[in-house]
Amino acid sequence: MHSLISASPISSLFEPYASHTALPSSPAPFSLRFCGLRREVLQLSQPKYRVVSGSLKKTGNYVTAASSGSNGSPLKSFDYDLVIIGAGVGGHGAALHAVEKGLKTAIIEGDVIGGTCVNRGCVPSKALLAVSGRMRELQDEHHMKALGIQVSGAGYNRQAVADHASNLASKIRNNLTNSLTALGVDILTGFGSILGPQKVKYGKDNVITAKDIIIATGSVPFVPKGIEVDGKTVVTSDHALKLEFVPEWIAIVGSGYIGLEFSDVYTALGSEVTFIEALDQLMPGFDPEIGKLAQRVLINPRKIDYHTGVFASKITPAKNGKPVIIELIDAKTKEQKETLEIDAALIATGRAPFTKGLGLENINVETQRGFVPVDERMRVIDAKGNLVPHLYCIGDANGKLMLAHAASAQGISVVEQVSGKDHVLNHLSVPAACFTHPEISMVGLTEPQAKEKAKKEKFKISVAKTSFKANTKALAENEGEGLAKLIYRPDTGEILGVHILGLHAADLIHEASNAMALGMRIQDLKFAVHAHPTLSEVLDELFKSAQVNVEERKPVAV
Amino acid sequence: MSSSLLQSRAPPALSFSSSIAAANTQWRFTSAPAVTFTRRTKNYTVHAKIREIFMPALSSTMTEGKIVSWIKSEGDVLSKGESVVVVESDKADMDVETFYDGILAAIVVPEGESAPVGAPIGLLAETEAEIEEAKAKAAGAGSSAPAAPAASAPSPPPPAPVAATPTPVAAPVAADGPRKIVSTPFAKKLAKQHKVDINKVVGTGPFGRITPADVEAAAGIKPAKSSAVTATATAPPPPSAAAPAKSSPTFAEIPGATIVPFTTMQAAVSKNMIESLSVPTFRVGYPILTDALDALYEKVKPKGVTMTALLAKAAAMALVQHPVVNASCKDGKSFTYNSSINIAVAVAINGGLITPVLQDADKLDLYLLSQKWKELVEKARSKQLQPHEYNSGTFTLSNLGMFGVDRFDAILPPGQGAIMAVGASKPTAVADKDGYFSVKSQMLVNVTADHRIVYGADLAAFLKTFAKILQEPDILTIKLNYAIVCCMVMRINLDCNSCCRKMRRNILNMKEIEKHLIEKQQNRVSICGRFKPSDVAIKLRKKMNRRVEILEIEEMTTHYEAQQEPQIINHYKY
Repeated sequence: MHSLISASPISSLFEPYASHTALPSSPAPFSLRFCGLRREVLQLSQPKYRVVSGSLKKTGNYVTAASSGSNGSPLKSFDYDLVIIGAGVGGHGAALHAVEKGLKTAIIEGDVIGGTCVNRGCVPSKALLAVSGRMRELQDEHHMKALGIQVSGAGYNRQAVADHASNLASKIRNNLTNSLTALGVDILTGFGSILGPQKVKYGKDNVITAKDIIIATGSVPFVPKGIEVDGKTVVTSDHALKLEFVPEWIAIVGSGYIGLEFSDVYTALGSEVTFIEALDQLMPGFDPEIGKLAQRVLINPRKIDYHTGVFASKITPAKNGKPVIIELIDAKTKEQKETLEIDAALIATGRAPFTKGLGLENINVETQRGFVPVDERMRVIDAKGNLVPHLYCIGDANGKLMLAHAASAQGISVVEQVSGKDHVLNHLSVPAACFTHPEISMVGLTEPQAKEKAKKEKFKISVAKTSFKANTKALAENEGEGLAKLIYRPDTGEILGVHILGLHAADLIHEASNAMALGMRIQDLKFAVHAHPTLSEVLDELFKSAQVNVEERKPVAV
Repeated sequence: MSSSLLQSRAPPALSFSSSIAAANTQWRFTSAPAVTFTRRTKNYTVHAKIREIFMPALSSTMTEGKIVSWIKSEGDVLSKGESVVVVESDKADMDVETFYDGILAAIVVPEGESAPVGAPIGLLAETEAEIEEAKAKAAGAGSSAPAAPAASAPSPPPPAPVAATPTPVAAPVAADGPRKIVSTPFAKKLAKQHKVDINKVVGTGPFGRITPADVEAAAGIKPAKSSAVTATATAPPPPSAAAPAKSSPTFAEIPGATIVPFTTMQAAVSKNMIESLSVPTFRVGYPILTDALDALYEKVKPKGVTMTALLAKAAAMALVQHPVVNASCKDGKSFTYNSSINIAVAVAINGGLITPVLQDADKLDLYLLSQKWKELVEKARSKQLQPHEYNSGTFTLSNLGMFGVDRFDAILPPGQGAIMAVGASKPTAVADKDGYFSVKSQMLVNVTADHRIVYGADLAAFLKTFAKILQEPDILTIKLNYAIVCCMVMRINLDCNSCCRKMRRNILNMKEIEKHLIEKQQNRVSICGRFKPSDVAIKLRKKMNRRVEILEIEEMTTHYEAQQEPQIINHYKY
């Protein structure tokens, strides 16, 4: 995790998604049942952290179990079994699962229900991408002609597009709020902070106690120093999603998922885009082969150019009749390189955790560059390296894997633990997707990561690939551009990683991620049947073309 | 594919799956030192140092392949093992890598086109010296080899001929010269595609940047010039077949020439030009001193007035006094005197030519005219001009002065009586009537007119008036200082109900306004009455303390008097 972060100076420093492939180099102090293959994939290292209290020995009665807390305080009852600070997707997922487990739950939110994803992230951006996908299709005369369709003059109304995004966000927000209230989760309004063990303050001075506390405060866009964000011509994703104007020419700083998705939106709406990437290549988080194809499909044919290996050392918003001015310096030598004059700039250099004012100092926890340190069970670790009992941190705030669904999965894992069942989330089976047109998705390791691991652990890996060009459904849609790639162990049939670029890739990845989570092996998957003709056959083809050298189990007739 | 639908899953003809050792499924093209050229065995032998890049056979069933993209461009230095081109077979895209070090001298089969397996798709030179030779070879191949049907394919806009490259071997990156060039990403791409030297393109976009339209315009103008260059450049090592073709009297096909069909706009220009041949025209030139005009221009430039507006206004004022120059001859038997003076101004846009029309240029004051012009150019750029905004001209103005052209001849557009061609203003030694010489700025204007209706004396008189106006140009800036009976539509921000009420109060207080219509949603106010448009606008601006923009003024004199009541016309296009 650390090495991965420090290796990528700007764009993926706080890139929420890029870190998904990081190995949980986490201690596994107790013997527990890993899902399927995890035992072999996970690198078991010596436990680093000492568990202070015996809090893992759950008795099932959570109220009394709490007494084994910090300093042997007398038995007492709590206002809530579980209090979650932050009602984003992570907090929401945890709350729902907690209710299912019969916990009395409250959720504290200082802003709006839904957090970044619903209000300023994945959700409204999908609305814009839905528009960009259709615009792209309608404008592609060649594509339309090939299908025999005639369309004249596709256009859009900016305000209506922006409204679509904001309406979607408010709809999803209402759904989330309703689902919480309907299940009896108390929504407490105000900023939450931790006063001490099992004690939380929210709003001005409302103090509540809880047996367990989950920090799920999420993140905010990260803006490197030297960049002046004015919200109009120099913007972060927060502003850009409102689509207040569509510049003729926009620079996107950072070519990770956020930048790539916005480039898709802006180019479809007629803008020209210039990427500014600190690393030597675009899309540094992707598998290199996918990145190369993505560049060929998503960058080269579009109105996009790029500067790689440069930092945007200074960005001044447009004012006094001058355009946005971006000063570029060489990422390595720090020499002044070029000055760009552009209509607007979008800062997509990743996200920084939002953990200030959480009162972490009250329990002696020090953040690491803002992230709350946690172990593999999301238990918070204090400055001395000890676990803080009854305190967990999930989602972007812990920085393990900055994805909405990862936060939710972490939350569910924590709820499982506090309700008496040990559980460790396998981060390697969490898929990630980028909703460009065509989409990109992935789960597990990239090829270089897999190679490194194979070298270290002395096993062999193989790679299988299929093209969307060989898929009937993709050809029917006239969208044959795409590649699916499987990285696996030929000796065991274990899936190490799957990467897809192509039509509906984000939906296709789940066959692979579920297989990984459940520890299924390729030799078994080969016999799974896929409806014909569907895009899912791309993965079918992929698994079938993999060559596993173990004795294949005979399929059981059912 | 295969016969049964259910079985139509593609047979894995290409082995996508492979062991890790073979993970880079890149294909190497078989590039033997090309000894001879496919079809021209006898014509010449080539140095062994120029190698051909062949279309590789990516599968046993593959007979031809399509070039998805050239990863490298002409002039790029390649090293052994580098990917050069992406080829699409019936199943997948494959990177093809080079076997040799060298320079990619020429691309024979451009992106998007197909070539049979084994056909040369590009040429690799070992040294820079051989690039030219390779290019010559490529040009020959392009015209004769069946692999490159560039000339016959009608629909895909084929890239400019390979041989036409003005050798951009190592130049393109050196953008940080003394002059700062800002060009948009797509402009750069287009420039590369059309082989336009971006450093020579004049940017007309915001902040003087080079937009895709500028590059297209540059590319549109270029072919004639660059192909001439090509013909001579490729001449030294002439393929013997091409030489006689050059001397042929018919339109001989020059090897490597590119055919780009007219766009709709270009087709319209072509049609109009042919039609113009049926009109008997003549030309009269006139020198005009511009020192006073230049001084005035400096003064009004900050207020958004352009030279175009100044010239249009002056022409309109002169036309008022010489209506015959504003007339037209529709049937060859009569004069058609136009009721309004609509100045069409020729502009080059998007590689074409369009003439947005400043309607009633004599009636609008200079500032309104400038504003109107700005809007028209904006619309022309975004291709939103309504027909009446480009075909209602009664007199045309064409100005090439900004390019330093000192004089030129314009072709009279059909349906109009005269067109004025304006050259650059430049310092000239002028003798006054006492014989004293002085250096004054002088520009030459040249009017082309239809001699069926406009005679020499008419034009001369018109030009004299025009010159007088430009030499004493203060008259141009006089605002509409007479009240006219008109309807005026303004745009003003009305974001609150109280603003609307205030607006109404103000309007009711102005006695000269007889009728009004306030449309809050559209931020639009229409008023009718007898007033000076600019005065009313200024008054409202002061009272409302916000920007007032005049969108349209319609003079109502005739039907106003007839009906005794002005009617608000609701179909304004704004």
